[in-house]
This record gives sequence, structure tokens and C-alpha cells, in this order.
Amino acid sequence: MAETKTRRKSGGNHKKESVAALEKHGIDEALALQLLSDMLLYRRFEEKAEEAYAIGKIGGFCHLHIGQEAGAAGCIRPLAEDDYVITAYREHTQAIAKGIDPKAVMAELYGRVDGPSRGKGGSMHIYGGDVRFMGGHGIVGGQVPLAAGIAWKIKYKKEDSVVVCFMGDAAVNQGAFHEALNMAAVWELPAIFVVENNEYGMGTAFSRISETDVAERALSYGIPSSSVNGQDVLETYAAFRDLAEEVRGGGGPRFVDLQTYRFRGHSMSDPVSGTYRSTEEVEERKKKDDPIAMLRDTLFGAGLLDQDKLEELDAEARALASEAADFADASAHPAAEELFHHVWAEENHGRLFFDGRERNG
Amino acid sequence: MVTKVHMEALSPTMEEGQLVRWLKGEGDDVSNGDILAEIETDKATMELVARGGGVLRKIFLEEGGTAAVGAVIGVIADADEDVSDVEGVSGGGGGAAPAAAAQDAGAPDEGKDDEAPSEAGSEAAEAPAVQPSTASTGRVKASPVARRLAEDAGIDLGRVQGSGPGGRVVKRDVEEAKEKGVSGAGLAHSGPEYEDVPVSQMRKAIAKRLVQSIGPIPTFYLTIDVDMGRMLDARKRINAMLEAQGQKVSINDLVLKATAAALARHPECNAQWHDGFIRRYNAVHLGVAVAIDDGLITPIVRNAHLKGVAAIGTEVRELAGRAREKKLQPDEYTGATFSVSNLGMFGIHEFTAIINPPEAGILAVGGVEETPVVVDGELVVRPRMRVTMSCDHRVIDGAQGSRYLQTLRAMLEEPAAILV
Amino acid sequence: MAVMTYREALNAALREEMERDPDVFLMGEEVAEYDGAYKVSKGLLEEFGDQRVVDSPISELGFTGLGVGAAMAGLRPVIEFMTFNFAFLAIDQVINSAAKMYYMSAGQFPMPIVFRGPTGAALQLSAQHSQACETYYSHAPGCKVVTPGTPADAKGLLKASIRDNDPVAFMEGELLYNMKGEVPDDDDFIIPLGVADLKREGSDVSIITHGKMIHVALQAAQRLEKDGIEADVLDLRTIRPLDMDAILDTVAKTNRVVYVEEGWPYAGTGAQITSMIQEEAFDHLDAPILRVTQADVPMPYAKGLEALAKPSADRVVEACSRVLYR
Repeated sequence: MAETKTRRKSGGNHKKESVAALEKHGIDEALALQLLSDMLLYRRFEEKAEEAYAIGKIGGFCHLHIGQEAGAAGCIRPLAEDDYVITAYREHTQAIAKGIDPKAVMAELYGRVDGPSRGKGGSMHIYGGDVRFMGGHGIVGGQVPLAAGIAWKIKYKKEDSVVVCFMGDAAVNQGAFHEALNMAAVWELPAIFVVENNEYGMGTAFSRISETDVAERALSYGIPSSSVNGQDVLETYAAFRDLAEEVRGGGGPRFVDLQTYRFRGHSMSDPVSGTYRSTEEVEERKKKDDPIAMLRDTLFGAGLLDQDKLEELDAEARALASEAADFADASAHPAAEELFHHVWAEENHGRLFFDGRERNG
Repeated sequence: MVTKVHMEALSPTMEEGQLVRWLKGEGDDVSNGDILAEIETDKATMELVARGGGVLRKIFLEEGGTAAVGAVIGVIADADEDVSDVEGVSGGGGGAAPAAAAQDAGAPDEGKDDEAPSEAGSEAAEAPAVQPSTASTGRVKASPVARRLAEDAGIDLGRVQGSGPGGRVVKRDVEEAKEKGVSGAGLAHSGPEYEDVPVSQMRKAIAKRLVQSIGPIPTFYLTIDVDMGRMLDARKRINAMLEAQGQKVSINDLVLKATAAALARHPECNAQWHDGFIRRYNAVHLGVAVAIDDGLITPIVRNAHLKGVAAIGTEVRELAGRAREKKLQPDEYTGATFSVSNLGMFGIHEFTAIINPPEAGILAVGGVEETPVVVDGELVVRPRMRVTMSCDHRVIDGAQGSRYLQTLRAMLEEPAAILV
Repeated sequence: MAVMTYREALNAALREEMERDPDVFLMGEEVAEYDGAYKVSKGLLEEFGDQRVVDSPISELGFTGLGVGAAMAGLRPVIEFMTFNFAFLAIDQVINSAAKMYYMSAGQFPMPIVFRGPTGAALQLSAQHSQACETYYSHAPGCKVVTPGTPADAKGLLKASIRDNDPVAFMEGELLYNMKGEVPDDDDFIIPLGVADLKREGSDVSIITHGKMIHVALQAAQRLEKDGIEADVLDLRTIRPLDMDAILDTVAKTNRVVYVEEGWPYAGTGAQITSMIQEEAFDHLDAPILRVTQADVPMPYAKGLEALAKPSADRVVEACSRVLYR
């Protein structure tokens, strides 16, 4: 695994740069190591999911976040507990980042009862009401108006929290995106809209379907917009820490073009490269833009991490991922009765089901 | 398309049939629904209907020959179609058909759907009740509620004229049929037709012991003598009233009327033995034994308890006439709740009749004879008639049968009692 | 009891529920300063302020999704569509988000949201503004569909819908807004969802219907009465939940059913109910169930054609005669 292979840069310059990077972003040693651990966990977790998918333990669509881990760690780690996160369907790591137990997330991927949605949501629909993770949503852009609604509630109840809404770059061409951004701006809603811009909407390069850059999309609504290097977790962390405070202070919505890159195919059933991008491109970006390797090198440079410590952290991450898979595998399949639970919150007086069953609710 | 002509089960109990005559010959054009042949069953002569169209290409069973139900007795196909591989029963036969053929008949493969009534097919459109010649087991187009009401009322849908689209029998037709009482179908008992009475342990024991003692139906006999004086007077007056219409009632008609009226008051005798329960009928469907050339058949006056004596008489004569011609439909001789056999016209004074299962009783009626009897201490000559009731002891006990006969006698001796 | 219009009844229901529960808010096009395109929200801005009575941009998909998000976070939004014709833009959020959220989250997120507005045709508004939309919503498990036809039902059912914890498509009628009727004043006048109402009693034929069409059905019933035919007119009031007991009762009574609905026939509400009747009351039927629906065409503009396309009392009378075999 490339991320944990030692890559020494010689000379004192590197050390100076590394220390400066940490200082510039106001990130101390403990936090930096935490971000590294987070990303290692996300990487190993997704690799475990990949493996489970390959042997048929996970079905359906399965969108991995490998290569984009800073978009979970860097964006969510700076948030407060009562802040909300809502996202699309590349969501496993973000669910973990917001506080859902990796074991439960894996159980959901396996379609088992110990998943947060008891196996009825699957990879794309993980929810953690108690940790304010408002779900993975499967329709491109569909979650963006929902984020505006969550922000509406924060404002309506005069609360002090923010909502971070993730989406992929393809979502910015959806009507829902534009309508939601407009309303968020008009009503000064406490929301941060983050485009995880990995350059491809499935197999279509963003440049092929847009005349403007992602960051420009928010400007016509009057929403302050910034571009952030989404492979640099330190920069990402600092940006979101600051944005959350601006928004919390009543500054209205913010928009972020989080520039990142996906190391895997769109989903487990899609090719990593092929007609839409070359193998060379992917390999080059993996070498250059791996968020874990980038943080590792900075920490090596600053003298805050050595090979032994890195391997120790990685071993912990691997152990957590394995535990999650074992837990998921041991979790029960949902019982047949589960099929009809949670369709309706209230039964009222009449029939609600129309498949010939006698019961109402 | 090749359509095999099978010997069909044309009565509930038929196992084989004799071909009386072919109405179509080899080479004749045949349409779906055409009458192909007359078949004599164990009870009557029935019509065999074509289940497909084309040309009657082959006949396998000659007139007079017998074949088992399910046997292939002919084949209908297009004129130029190859039918060489269709095998039928051998000639004048009488031989049983192979088992496979019987199964084949059980599940006809000619695309005929005799389950649900279908809106579409022209076959169904012709089938309805307008033509009572369709056996009641055949398809009758009827609305679901009409079916249910007819079943509840004991009305044979096949004999109700449908007024809905394509002759569909609808609710109002059944209701009208109930009121009108057309030839067996019309009058219907209101309320449930019968009640099933659970069999107590004691009753089970009685049933078992008595069966052990005397055959499958433990029969016993009760006999009464009836003074028919008033009934004969009443008959004269009735016939005087009917004269204008050229109608007459017989003594037997009056006996039937009284039998039915008395049964309506004694459902315990108007009953059947079933495993686990006794079915007591509230409606009286009276079987009337009719002698025919080569045997005996018992056509049924349905809902006899609701009918007047003239109607009963007309119906009995009509049924008996057709019985002698062997033209009765199966539903006209199955499903009686009680029977009467009258041999008075043969000069029989007294006899016992054999119960026709699953009925539980039958009356054996002798002739009315001038007999000396003591009335109020004086010897006088009176017209007397002896009636013996055979009772299935599993269903009817001695006291029950006796009470029934008391009622019957009261009605026969004082016709006004029928009106009470 | 007070006599008020259907519009006033809805207004009263909104006002009472907003007074009762501060988490209830109303959002939609022209609901605040304009007092509502059909004046249903008249006076509410003044009373509750612009945080609770909110003019939205013309962004049906956007503000519908906003409502869903707010409901996820614990508020009880009432989202007004100026008409349900415009809600096609928003149906992704109603079906994919609102109706499925409770299930996808295994009960973590109830969805107490009401989508309301007029459905069906008014007069000469042509194809895009004249369509009955209830079937689109009742098709999806997770979504309730309410179709009040009188002022009292409008009030009682809207209050029940706002208090319900599932998403409700609450479908009004533009031609009903001015209709007057007696309405209980009681603050807690609730008509439970899932309870049909026998609007007229008769034993010869059952006219089953919902929403605005109850008036067409009642008109037809009056005409039939002159011919000595007494019709049961059953107003379902809610399509999901569905009061199947009431349907079975009337079928058992009359044995003949005509379903009247404003929408198209194909896979319509009447088709569903017909299927259920034949499944559960087959032995009570004396005739095939007939439906009177909008003609199976987009709504034409020309007055004469429009009248031909809509269900009418004439067509209901004719259908009743057919099921009565007259």
C-alpha cells in the first residue's frame, strides 16, 4: 500500500515547510495525527467494502471514497456535534466521520439488521439521526434542497448550528441545486454547500458539460465561493473550521469547490479508467494527490511521525475495518416482517397497504 | 383444430353411456355447440354437444354401442386435417376406455374453460338459462351476487331466464324467479334452505350400532291408517273449481301436498345423514317415484311445501311424462329431501318402500279402500288408506317419525289443517 | 357551527394549527404578501410573521425539498402548490425524499409535512393546468392522499393532515373554494384520515367517489331519484389511507358500483378500487363495476370539448343505468 511506504525527503527545507504548513492552518500535532488516523480508517474501511463487494457480501451500487478521504476528515472533523451533515451516495466515510460506528455502517452495506437503517437503506441510504448525519441520498442533487430545509430549521429555531451539504460536481447542473442555492442565499441560511469536485460525473468530465468552473456556479446567487485543495486535509480542515464559524455567526451560506480526485471507478461496477480517463492519468494522480500520503509526508517532514508510528496507526485502522466486516457478517439478516415496518409512521383508520395484506399499518 | 369427441359424464353417477343415435354423420359440418348424438345414461337419454367445430371426420362408436366416460367416440377436425393418429374406442364396444382417456376427459384440452363465466366467448353467450336444455352443471352466465342468491334459495340458475347483457342472470332475475316459481326453479324457500345439526355422541353411538345391526341404512317402519273421507270430498270440490281450466287433481297429488306441508312442520324428518352432522332441510324437495318401462325414476317437485296442489299435480304429470321418455335432466331427479311412492293404483293395500339415500325417509302409500271401521262405538264403512313410512334410524327416531305421521294424518283427515 | 366557504375553512384550519404548534409554517408561491393565489392564506402573514408564512421563489422542486429537509430536522411544514399541476416539478422530492425517508432510515425520520393546493380542472385552463393528480401520489407507499370535497371536510382533514406524522398530499379544488357549508368551530375539530363519509343513502346503486366529484355524484343521485332509483354516494375523503370497510358495506348493500373520478382512467384510483372490490366482494356484485372519469385525453381548451372530457352527472346517470341493467 503506497500510503504507508516510507518516502524520505532529505534536507532541512522539507522540515521547515512541513512545520509551516501545520502552523499556517493552526493544526497541532494531536489533531494532525487524528486526521491521519481518520483517513487511514476510511481508506481501510473502503478497501474492506471493496473486498466484501467482490465476494458478494455487499450488493447493489457501492460508491467508494478512496482518494477523497480528506473530504470526510477535513470537512467534518472541524464541525460541532450538533452541526448537521447531509450528503449524496458516496457517503460511507462521511457517515463514520460524523459519528456513526464503522461497524454499523458496514452492517448497513451488508444489508443486516445492525445497520442504522436495519438493512433497508443500504450503501446509499445511511442515516444517523442521533449524530445529525442526515443521510445519503441517491438522486443527484436531491439532497441540496433538503440541506436548505435543515438550515431553515436551524434559523427558524434560532439555533447555533450549521449544515454541511456535500454533492458531486455533476449535481451543479441539476435544477434542485440552483433552486436551493437561491433560497439559501435569499434567506441567509446557515449552510455550507460543498462540491466534492472529483472532475468526473460518473464517466463525463466536468469540463465537457460546463462552460464555467464549479466555483463560479454559486456567484450568481450571491453566495461567497472558494476553491479548496481537497487532497490537502490540513487546508481542507482549516477552510471548514473557518467557514463554519462564519456561517454560525450569521454570515449566510457558503459555497466550496473542493477539488479532489477519485481513485476508483464511479461505483464498484464501473471501471477505474477506460474511455473517459486514462490509466496513466489515474496512476499519476494517485502518486501525486493521495491525501494520506500527502499528510504522511508532512508529518514525517515535521518529525511528528515515523515509520513505526505510521504502521501502528495503519494497523489500528486495518483492525477497525476488519472488526467492522466481522461484525457485519455476524449481524442477522432482516426478518421477513421487517419488510412492512417503517413505511408509515401512523396507521390512521384505513388501509395503507394495497398488496392484499389484512393489516393496516 | 382437432377436437376429440368424448363420452361425457352426462349425469352425476354415470360411468358409461350407450350411444342411442348419432345426429351427425361422418363428413357432416359441425359447429361448436351442435348436438352430435343422444346418449343413454344410467338415468335418461342425454344430448352430447360438440366441443369444437369443423367436420365430424370419424365415428368410433356405433349406435347401440357402449363406452366408458372419457372414451374417444369420434373426432371433429378441419376437412383436410390429418386425424389418422386419433384413436377411438373400438366399434360396438362396450369395452372400458383406457384410464388415460378418462383423465383426458376430466381435463378437456380443447381450450374450453368451464370454470369462470366469461364475458367474451360466443359459446358463453348462448349458454344461459334461456334454454333450460343446458344441464345445470354447464356454464350459465350469472352475476356473482345472482349466483350466491340462487344458491342460498336453492334455485337452479340454469332454469332462470337472464335479463342482463348476453342473457346474464342478474340479481333481479333470481328475485323474480323466487316470486314466480317457474317449473321447479321458481318457488324458493325463503331463509336458509337447511340447517346442519351437529351429531351428539349418543347420536353417533345410535347410528353406529344400528348400522351394525341392519345394513348401511338402519331402516324401521311406521304405519298409519288414514280416513280419507274429507279429503275425497275436498278433491271433488277442488276438481269442480279446476274444471274450467280443464285440470284435475288426483288422490296422489293431495297426498303429496299433505306430505310436503307436514314435512315443512317436521324438518327432523326432512333430513339427511352426513358424516358428522344431520342436514335438516327447511325446503321440501319431494321425490315422486315414477314407474317407467325398464325401471324406476324419482323426479322431484322442488319446494313442494310452497306449491298448491294443482301446481304439484301439473308438475308431477309433466315430469312423469318426460321420465317415461327418458328426457329428464339430471338436476330433475337428484337432490330430493324426502320421497313418496304410491302403488295404490295397482291395488296395493300396504307395502314398504326402500329409502333413496341420502334421504332419510320415504312414504309407501297404498290404495284408498272402503273399509269397515268403528267410529264412536258404531261400525261404519269408511274410505281408508294405509301409509307406511320407512325411516333412517340414524336420522329419525321412532317418536319423531310418529309425530310426523300424526301431523300427516291430521292433514289428510282434515284438509283444512294444511292451511293452519 | 358556522357557515363558511371551503377557502375560509382551510384558512381557519391553518390558523388554528399554527396557533397550536409553533413548528408549523406555511411556504409557497404568493402565500404571504399576496394573501395566497386563491386567498387560502389570507391574513396569516399579518398574524404569524414572515418566518412562518413565507413567499417562495417559483422553485417548486427547491421549496418542496426545503420543506422535506425542515421536516427531517423536526419542523412541520405546510407546502403550498399554487396548483398541483406545478408540482410535477417537485414530485421527485415528494416521492423520492418525503415518501421514502421513514423507510430508508428505518424509522429515524418521520415526515410530518403537508403538500397542499388545488388539483383537477377549473374552467378552460387547458391541458397543462387542468389535471387531477391524486393517483401519482397515492401510487407511492409512504405518501397519504387526502381529497376533501366540502368545507367541513376541508377543515377537519387539513387539521388532521398537519398533525399527522407522514407526508400528506392534500388536494383541494379550485372550483370548491367558494363553496359554502356548515363547519364546526371547535379548535379540535379533526376528521381522522382513513374514514369515508356516506354523503347520501340509497340502496339501489353505489356511487363511490372522492374530492370535487362528490358534487357530480350527488347531482346524478338527485336525477336518479326522480326515476325511483336511490343511490348511495360514498365519499372516500382519503385515498390513502382507504376506508375499505365503508366500500365493502355499500357494495354489499347495493351490489352495483360506479366509481367517479376526475382523473384519467388508466391505472386511476377507480381502477385500484375496482380491483379491490372484485377481490374482496366478488359475490356481492350484480354487474361489472363501471367508472366515470375524465376522457383519456389531455384536457382541451374549447368549452364544448372540455365539457365532453369531464365527468358529468349525465355520464354518471348513464353508468348507473347500465349497472342497474336498465
